[in-house]
Amino acid sequence: MEPARDPATATPFAHVPGAGAGVRLAGITLAFRGARTTRVLDGIDLEVRPREVIALIGPNGCGKSTLLRVLAGLIPSDAGTVTIDGNPVSGPDPRVGLVFQEPRLLAWRSAEDNVRFPMELAGWPKGRQAARADDLLGLVGLREYARSRPGTLSGGTRQRVSIARALALEPSLLLLDEPFSALDALTRERFNLELLRLWERTGTTIVLVTHSIPEAVFLADRVVVLSPRPARVLADIRVPLARPRRLSDLDSASVSSLAADVRAHLVDTTDDAIAMEEARTAIPAGLAPRDRPRRFAATDPGTPAWFDPFAPEDPE
Amino acid sequence: MTAASQDGTPVRTRADAPVTAQPRPRRSRRFAGSLWPAAASLVVFVLAWQLIVFVSGFPPYILPGPLAVAEAFVRAWTDGTMWPHVAATLLEVLLGFALGASIALGVGIALARSPLAERLLSPYLVAAQATPVLALAPLIALWFGTGLLSKLVITTLIVFFPVAVATMVGIRSVDPRLLEMARSFRAGNWQIVSRVEVPAAAPAILGGMRVGVTLAVIGAIVGEWAGADRGLGVLINIARGSLFDIPLMFAALLQLAIIGVTLYLVMLFIERRIVGER
Repeated sequence: MEPARDPATATPFAHVPGAGAGVRLAGITLAFRGARTTRVLDGIDLEVRPREVIALIGPNGCGKSTLLRVLAGLIPSDAGTVTIDGNPVSGPDPRVGLVFQEPRLLAWRSAEDNVRFPMELAGWPKGRQAARADDLLGLVGLREYARSRPGTLSGGTRQRVSIARALALEPSLLLLDEPFSALDALTRERFNLELLRLWERTGTTIVLVTHSIPEAVFLADRVVVLSPRPARVLADIRVPLARPRRLSDLDSASVSSLAADVRAHLVDTTDDAIAMEEARTAIPAGLAPRDRPRRFAATDPGTPAWFDPFAPEDPE
Repeated sequence: MTAASQDGTPVRTRADAPVTAQPRPRRSRRFAGSLWPAAASLVVFVLAWQLIVFVSGFPPYILPGPLAVAEAFVRAWTDGTMWPHVAATLLEVLLGFALGASIALGVGIALARSPLAERLLSPYLVAAQATPVLALAPLIALWFGTGLLSKLVITTLIVFFPVAVATMVGIRSVDPRLLEMARSFRAGNWQIVSRVEVPAAAPAILGGMRVGVTLAVIGAIVGEWAGADRGLGVLINIARGSLFDIPLMFAALLQLAIIGVTLYLVMLFIERRIVGER
């Protein structure tokens, strides 16, 4: 196990692979109390080894992002524990870097000053801040835009700045909450590749929330499928793809069959399927067996796993 | 809430193409361009004034012409009548504004962060604002005397409300996602206020200060009327009363207008420097 990395003693230029943290979630349970209590997380157990990449996937509003915030120490759970390298997480943790769905940059600061923001908060000396920021901007390929304000940068570039900011304090665990969902498909693929390259060079453990099955399979060592609210772990699927991965891997048969596998676990959890299930139970029994939600059980390994709404119904 | 866009100049344009520096007109040229209409309207105003004097035949002790006022203005500056009064009023305005705006900033932050504080304090704030300062001035002069202190109290009082409300509203409308981001990097309360909330609310706060600085001039004059031995308000009273020099009174009014407009422009300039680059 790696010892907890203290930003005050870590060297500013360390991109030593192998610095990732091991994470353990045990029995994480959470409910939001309001006018009516909503159970969000229901006893989630998950173990993440150092340097592993985990993709959390699940239907809309199932609590993936909430789980990520519990991991980051932003929301305390009602029951259960989060430990990083054996130390429990209580409150926002310096070993964790968080990347949000939106870049969340400070509009009045330049790209460089945005990257320096966490270091300022942590009280680093100015010289060390500048060196580290320069280093990070180089890592995400934005050195020449150090002085640009977020307003003049494109959406993808802003997200790169926000990734550099998340890495500022040399976290051993990087959490990403649907980080590329606002990008167009091609840019998104490129960013996925960049993220893997970054991961190889920084050596953090990564937990990522995504809606995209191909993205999850392409990036992760394990894809964890969550149920609709309250979230439980439905499946934990290993992705035995060799690294370093290439974009062309996305078209390979093994990726397609893995994606189909993930989809098979997800198919009953989408809003549509739930609505359909509810509609079916509302209909008097024996009326319309054809409307039963279907699984993609017939999908053979190797066939593309695209959902085709116009395909003819399976004969019962 | 981009206050800098209130004058219609496009402040931010977002390119979604990968990152080019935004070409935009140079500040000085834009400023010169916006100066022309103002200069033209000033000329029209002076001409119309002269025309009214000429046509109506009002005597100079009712409505002096622009030339007579300009002459009185220059005379008051050259013979040393004007400066002590200008100095006194400027001191009251600037000190009172600084005091009022600083207190308002602090109180506005507290009100924004604590709903309880807002519920406890807002009735008094609104009552203080709804009571005309003009009506309070004699009381304040009675309590604090006829020196600088009473003017500072009045000016502070009148500047306080718009700045406090603008600060409160500005901070309340800061994107909560930015606050979550800051907390994820373990920002403390004070760091969140000073590095996220206040900078993010700067356009609103500076907008409130722009209103406040013109009100500060009003506060100073009201204070002088309630009792003082120097200041532009005093000069106006002297010119109308014992001297019966109506062109001098107009010159004092002109001087007041110049101070007000200058302070407003200075605030606008500061606002542009701080906010305009976003």
